[in-house]
Order: sequence, then structure tokens, then C-alpha cells
Amino acid sequence: MSDLLSVQNLSRQFPGVRALDDVSLAVAKGELVAVIGENGAGKSTLMKILAGLQSPDRGQIQFEGRAVSLAGVQHAQSLGIALIHQELVLADNLDAAGNVFLGREPRKGIFIRHEVMRQRAQVLLDQLGSGFSATTPVADLSLGQRQLVEIAKALSLDAKLVIMDEPTSSLSLRETETLFRVIADLRSRGLSILYISHRLGEVKQLADRVVALRDGRNAGGLAREEITHDAMVRLMVGRDLSGARPLEARPPGEVVLEVKSLRTRAFPANPLTFHVCRGEMVGLAGLVGAGRTEVLRALFGVEPPLAGEVRVAGQLLPARHPDQAVAAGLALVPEDRKTLGVFLEESVQWNVALTTLARDAKAGIFVNEQAGFTLTEDLSQQLRIKAASPDTLVGTLSGGNQQKVVLGKWLALAPKVLLLDEPTRGIDVGAKAEIYQLMEKLTAEGMAVLFASSEMEEVLAMSDRVLVMHEGRLSGELSRAEATEESIMELATGITAPKRSLN
Amino acid sequence: MKKNLGISLLLLLVCVVTALVNPNFLIPYNAENLVNWVSLYAIIGVAVTFVIITGGIDLSIGSVVGLVGTVLGWLLVEKGWPVPLALMATVALSASIGLVHGLLITKVKLQPFVVTLCGLLIYRGVARWLVHDGTLGFGTAYDGLRWFANGRIAIPFLGDYRFPAPLIILAVIAGLAAVFLNKTVWGRHLFALGRSEEAARYSGIRTDRLVILSYVLCSTVAGIGGILFALDVNTVQPASQGNFYELYAIAAAVLGGCSLRGGEGSVVGVLIGTALIRVLLNAINILGIATQLEFVVLGMVILMGAVADDYLRRNRSRRQLKRATPTG
Repeated sequence: MSDLLSVQNLSRQFPGVRALDDVSLAVAKGELVAVIGENGAGKSTLMKILAGLQSPDRGQIQFEGRAVSLAGVQHAQSLGIALIHQELVLADNLDAAGNVFLGREPRKGIFIRHEVMRQRAQVLLDQLGSGFSATTPVADLSLGQRQLVEIAKALSLDAKLVIMDEPTSSLSLRETETLFRVIADLRSRGLSILYISHRLGEVKQLADRVVALRDGRNAGGLAREEITHDAMVRLMVGRDLSGARPLEARPPGEVVLEVKSLRTRAFPANPLTFHVCRGEMVGLAGLVGAGRTEVLRALFGVEPPLAGEVRVAGQLLPARHPDQAVAAGLALVPEDRKTLGVFLEESVQWNVALTTLARDAKAGIFVNEQAGFTLTEDLSQQLRIKAASPDTLVGTLSGGNQQKVVLGKWLALAPKVLLLDEPTRGIDVGAKAEIYQLMEKLTAEGMAVLFASSEMEEVLAMSDRVLVMHEGRLSGELSRAEATEESIMELATGITAPKRSLN
Repeated sequence: MKKNLGISLLLLLVCVVTALVNPNFLIPYNAENLVNWVSLYAIIGVAVTFVIITGGIDLSIGSVVGLVGTVLGWLLVEKGWPVPLALMATVALSASIGLVHGLLITKVKLQPFVVTLCGLLIYRGVARWLVHDGTLGFGTAYDGLRWFANGRIAIPFLGDYRFPAPLIILAVIAGLAAVFLNKTVWGRHLFALGRSEEAARYSGIRTDRLVILSYVLCSTVAGIGGILFALDVNTVQPASQGNFYELYAIAAAVLGGCSLRGGEGSVVGVLIGTALIRVLLNAINILGIATQLEFVVLGMVILMGAVADDYLRRNRSRRQLKRATPTG
């Protein structure tokens, strides 16, 4: 099998950092090669170079046997390399067809031939089994459907190599399955795929070969039969990570968070009743759109519930506004860290001390910078926030450290109940383990923790008890012993477990 | 402080050049008047800073200045109200205008631009209707009160140079505003809200109350400015009093480093920005440049300021990026 793409000794220096150092890689026709590595390992830089977004300092790229120097995205596209971004970049005011052919619309003079464009787009979307019309506005499409639009676009470009950057990071399980079907289909047509993912489970499922990067260098590769979870982690972090904690659930303490007949705005017909105990970690599982985020938002008062009773350590809520929830001892680590969790343009201290300004104020109204500094130093040490100083801007920190800043902001208040929404989304393996340890520690110290997660491994590894949601209602509750991938899926889909074979 | 360095240097440059070309720039009469005007305009500049920091805007400031001046004259001259009562009534009027703005923006969820644009039209119209578009003169009966708007205090050892009284009022207002914004919990929360209203809400900050507070502060301070402007000119024409002043205020804030996206701004910057605008207009006047060109000059300077600011910002973030590790 001749290589479609071959990369030799690629290097790229950024001031102060060598993002890529002598990286080599090959992809054969029809092959799916997964690139794994922690954040900062050089994956994104590699992808950007291959997509023509950045140029390498040194090294060679051969595509279809010819040496190429990729000058810009359009050049890469014309050769047959398409990048599907992690954060999808579509114009959501246009319809699907308009996006597939954006910039390359079939025309007659200055006019777009809408009907031709629509038909062509529909053919591509149908091939992908998309099940929606090419005239659907992108704004009305789910994230998974938008991804199909991106893939249709790649097909319309006649791509030979499709680069997928964390394609499943915002997809529900069902959408992920659709994507995997599409990937299988693309490969059967002879397309090659370069697949970047943090999710080792899916890499294991999909990849013909794994290439690991660490600190900008090749850290080794694995052939199909060598791919195991542990082997991948070893390559990525260069050491073994201790796995999940033992199987027994902790004996729960008294009830701290009690929720009765809570009706959220998104699902007013479904009253929810559940509780979380002191020193207990409860996982909230379900497909994307099942209403998990809405429950957390309702509890925290971001989107006050329509009805229901919430008690935190006996104190009656529901909160009409987050400050009431905070006062009652609730804290929420939101899913969308960059826009809701932290202030990227401000310093670590500014962010961490934000929740305690009023408590620590001098004369009741003046900001106490000294208290903020001490607090930040303490929490930075406790949470191992890797920042040069409390003045470092949060926007320059890695995802894992940003998440620790969000946690620090709340831990400063010593909340009774910690709500977490996708606590490790977009965080690399090493930092993930640290966040898990932290959640463990807080629970062990008596905090009640309720976390929503789309990652099955996370739910299974961390939860003392699992609440499963399906289309806005609680479809079931599983003890730690009862919780398995199958039992959760069964409840999450509202039907019997689907066949898990995807290849 | 570093942020205001460029505009401070520009201000100095314009002053030096103007003084060299025409020494009249520095004579007591011109200097005192200039500082007097800077003080008055800086007050409404500080006013709009509160809402710009939240990411909002107030287009009604000029009309509030007009309405407050008209109402003050009407209460004093036509209705014969005692001075303290009339002052309190006008300040209360401006505060309630801000309250209405804040409520419409937070509770009805209208855009600040729309709300205050309607305000601009409505208050101007009310002012004109109130006195049937007539001119209101304070006459000589209120010269004591007028001292606050154009009084002069002799300064020992400085010969003919006297200290304009409005500068004291500005110093008090600017000082309080600076302390409020930079030192208090509310000020910090206001900046947080300006950076991201949602993220502030998710941090347990009562964003609605803060937005309302910022509009109340804005209109109240603008109203105080309106009182002084009216006393300064002594005859109020409701159709023209304060026209376009919102634009001077916003321009000063932008020159002084406020971001219309919210979350950034400083009182010192606004003071320097106002000074630059007034000095430029004064320079155009005494250097004999056609006064028809004054808006052109003003527009160009603000544009240059915005471009320079953007350039510096990019440079800064690029430098920060270089220092940080690129991800992935």
C-alpha cells in the first residue's frame, strides 16, 4: 500500500516553545490513523500545518508521492486535504447547502443557482445518511448534524484525506454512532482519515494505527492489534496512570441536596425528584439533550425552575438567581468553561477571588487585594494550578488549569454541594486525572457532588450512584454495583441497549 | 496608567504646538476657560463611563443635559422654587431617567442603544414642549449658584491665573467614580459584568441590579453636568442645549481607553480624553483653522486613537501568546 500522505521530520518553533520537533507520520490510502497526545503535545499544530493554516519551519510533506508545500487552506483543499475543525466553523445563518458550497456556489453569472446547489448538497447529505434537508438552516441543526454538513463539504471538495480534530467532543452518543458509520463509509470509498481524539475508547474502536505525540515529538506508535487503553496512556504521558478507585460505593451521609418535583423550563412536563448525600458523588448520565445541563442550571438559579422544591442542608430554595444558590451553599462548574466559567482576559487572582470579594471586603465595600492574593496562593498550591503567578492571565492557561481556576473560585466559599457539568471536557489526560483526584478528595471531605457527564468511562469510574436521564425525565437510578455501560445506555436511550458494534 | 501614556503624550504635544504657534493659548483668560470647559465635559464623560464598562451605551446624555437645564430654569424662574429644592428635583429627575433605562434594559431586555436612542428623542421633545421652545434666562438672580459652573478662585503666587470652580466638582465626582470602579466590590463586579454578563451571573453576581445601578449613576452624573452646563450659559434654549453632548462624552471615553465591548475603561483615561478633545477644539479656534473643520479634526483624532489602540492591543496579545505555550 503506497502512502497517500507522508510527513518527514516536521518541525515548527514558536517563540519559547518547540511545538513540533522532528515529527514523522504516514497515512496510507483508506487508512485511519489516530493521532493522540496530551494538550500541548503538538497535535493541533500538526493538523494546522497539514490543512495549510500554518507553515512548518523544517521538514517535508509528500502527498500522493509528490513533495508539496501547502500554501493556505485553499491550496490544501485543492490537493484533496480537508480539515474538520473541533469547533465547527459554519455560517449558521445559511442553510446546509449554502454551507457545503460556501465560496464555490454553482452560478449563472452573478446569480447563485440555488436549485442545482440544493440538489448536489442533498445527494452528498443523503450519502452520509443525514436524514435532514439541504435547505435546513444550519442554526436549526444539532452539533452532530452540523458535523455532517462539514463532512459533506469535504466530500464536495473531493477530499482524499479528511482530518478530524476531536470530532466527537460535542456529540451525543447517538450522533457519535452516526459519525462512526459515516467514517466507516468514507473509508470504504478509499478516503484516508487522520483522527485526533482524547477519547481513547473511540480511538481503540476506529483506528488502524495510532501515532502518539508527546512534547512535540513522536512518542511511538501502535499497530491495530497493539492498541489498548493502557498502551495509549503510556505513550501519551510516558508513565502509567493509576486507574479508577475501588468498586465499593462509600456509605452516604445525611441528605444535603433534596430535590422534589422540580420542573425545568426545557421539560416542564417532567417533575424530577432526587437527592444527593454528604460525601457522595452522584453521576448524571444521559444523551446530549436529555436535560442534564437544564437540571443543573435550574438548581443553580441560572434558569429558575417553573416549580418544585429544592432544599440544601434543610434550607429551602429554589433559587431565582445564582447568588441565592451560592448563599445556600451550591456551586456550579459550567460546561462551557471559556465563556461561562472563567474570565479569560483577567488574572488568576481576579478570577479566583471573584466569589469572595464581598465576604473579604474591607469596611464591607472595598476589595481586599491582600486577602485575594493569599487565597489565590493557597488554592493554587492546593489545586496545583500551573500559573507563573496570581497575575497570569487565565486565557494563557491550559484547559485543565482553567478548570482548576473555576474550581478554586468555588472552593474558596467551601460549598456544601458541588455541581459539575462535563467537568473534564476538552482537558488532557494528565489534568483529567488531577480533576478526578480533586473530586474524590472533596467528596471524601464531605462535600456532596453531582456531576453531569457524557463520558461513560467517567460516569462509571467516579459515581457512587448514577442518575440517568432520558428526554427530560429521570429514567432510572443505578447503584455503583448496578451501573454498567449497558445498563446506563438502556436507561439513557429509553429502549433496550442498542447493538454496540459499529464496525 | 501605561494605557493612557499615548494619549497623554498626544495631549501634551497638541498643547505645546498650539502654545508655540499662538501664545494666546496660555493667557489666563483662555487657559481658565479651557479648564472650565474640560471640567464640565469631563463630568458627562465620567457619567457614560459607568455604562460603557458594562458593555452598554447611553445616547440620551445630551438630551438629559438639555432637559435638566430646561427644568431647572423652569422651576427656578417660572415656578419660583427655592434653589435647594429645584436642584434636588432635577437630580431626582435624572436618577429616575436612569432607573427607567436600567429597568427597560434588564427587565424588558431591550438593547441599550434602542432604549437610550428613544430617550434622546423623548427628553429633547419634553424639554421643548415644557417651555414652548422658548428661551429661559436665569438673569442675574442666581449669580451665587452660577459660581459653581464658572466661578474662579484666586491662587496665591500664580498672578492672574485663577482656579475654575467646576474643577472642584469634577475632582469630587471623578474621585468618587474612580474609587467606586477600582476599589469597591461593586466596581469589580461591574467590570466582570462588562467582560461577560453570563459568566458574571454564573459567578453569583446580581447582574441586573448592577446594570440598573450603572444607568442610574450615568444619568444622575449627566444630570449634575446638565445643571452646570445650564448655569454656565445662563440662558437655556431647549432645542439646542446639550445637543451632541453624548457624542463628546462617548468620544472622550473611547479615547480614554474604554472598550465599547465592555469590561474596560478608566476615569483617568476619560479625563485625559476629554481634555484632548477640548484642547483640540480650542486649538482649531485660536490657530485660525476654519471652524467648519473642527468635526473633521475631531473625527480623525478619535479614529487614529482607535486604530492605535487596536494595534497596541494586538501587539500585546501577540506578546502574551508568545509567552504562553500554544496548545495542542
